[in-house]
Amino acid sequence: MSQVPLERKVLSENDRIAAALRGRFAAQGVLCLNLISSPGSGKTTLLERTLEALPAGARVAVLTGDIQTENDAARLRRFGFPVRQITTGGTCHLDARMIERALAEWPPEPFDLLFVENVGNLVCPASYDLGEAAKVVVLSVTEGEDKPLKYPAIFLKSQLLVLSKIDLLPYVPFDISAAENNARRIHPEIGVVRLSCLTGAGLNTWLEWIEERRRALQAARAELVT
Amino acid sequence: MHELGIATAVLHEARQEAQRHPGARLRKIRLRLGELSGVNEEALRFGFEVLARESKLEPLQLEIENCPRRQRCRLCKLTFTVANYDLTCPGCGSAQTEFVSGDELEVASLEMEEYEPSAPGAQSS
Repeated sequence: MSQVPLERKVLSENDRIAAALRGRFAAQGVLCLNLISSPGSGKTTLLERTLEALPAGARVAVLTGDIQTENDAARLRRFGFPVRQITTGGTCHLDARMIERALAEWPPEPFDLLFVENVGNLVCPASYDLGEAAKVVVLSVTEGEDKPLKYPAIFLKSQLLVLSKIDLLPYVPFDISAAENNARRIHPEIGVVRLSCLTGAGLNTWLEWIEERRRALQAARAELVT
Repeated sequence: MHELGIATAVLHEARQEAQRHPGARLRKIRLRLGELSGVNEEALRFGFEVLARESKLEPLQLEIENCPRRQRCRLCKLTFTVANYDLTCPGCGSAQTEFVSGDELEVASLEMEEYEPSAPGAQSS
């Protein structure tokens, strides 16, 4: 019997494609955000409100993943920006190759902000790097405040926690401080935005968070050029 | 449930390496699995068994080393294992600690059995 040390990441092929995408995004000055949540936490609604708030000339594109249907793409196309649906046909997450394929001949015009709406799932998307600048995890107040402890991987890997549907707080037994504390027990540096897509509360904080990331990316790029 | 996909990737990595050792037969795959990998061990084992059987790789063992979360203290530099979500440094009590490991999903090593030179298949590939 012989031992062969391998020391190789299981998803090294995915990681290789993701690294290439990340390099490409950095070179082109594209901020790519990977939105992850359970089904029904409000990812698509958050994107609707976000696209609605962007100026008409914004260079933004959206990739939206689902197991079946084009419904989300149809909802998001109303705002006039390029939107492409990725239907995974059963797969519970997006992987880097799906992003690479979707971007091969699309979108027609250049963009500098790319939203990727992952398949509704708090588990599997955590394992797949898509080349994004940041993962954003969305948790709605109708879920349990212990979700960060139950699904630690995604809270560890996300830079921002969006607590959504806060307009429902008076009607549900959700301790929003406990939810934040649980997320910080897993990931002390995670950013938190509380928002409601219905009332618009907190949306500006979310948009500012995106803007800050864009500015940081542009500054890093300017430094590379000089 | 993405463990079948993970199991497929584990087998892919192992077989690619095995192909570089003509005549050897894959017997064991040693995997490192962090508690923050987002992968369920039981589902992974199930997927692995099905795939090993389907691809006629049996008997092939999957040995899993479970890796806990480890943090390093920014002040006293102590590296420690996290229990019960407590990220505080057990050495100096500081809350200023940083993530070191615990999200492993890696093939650590393979165990291969050499064929007898006279055995059929020894010259193949």
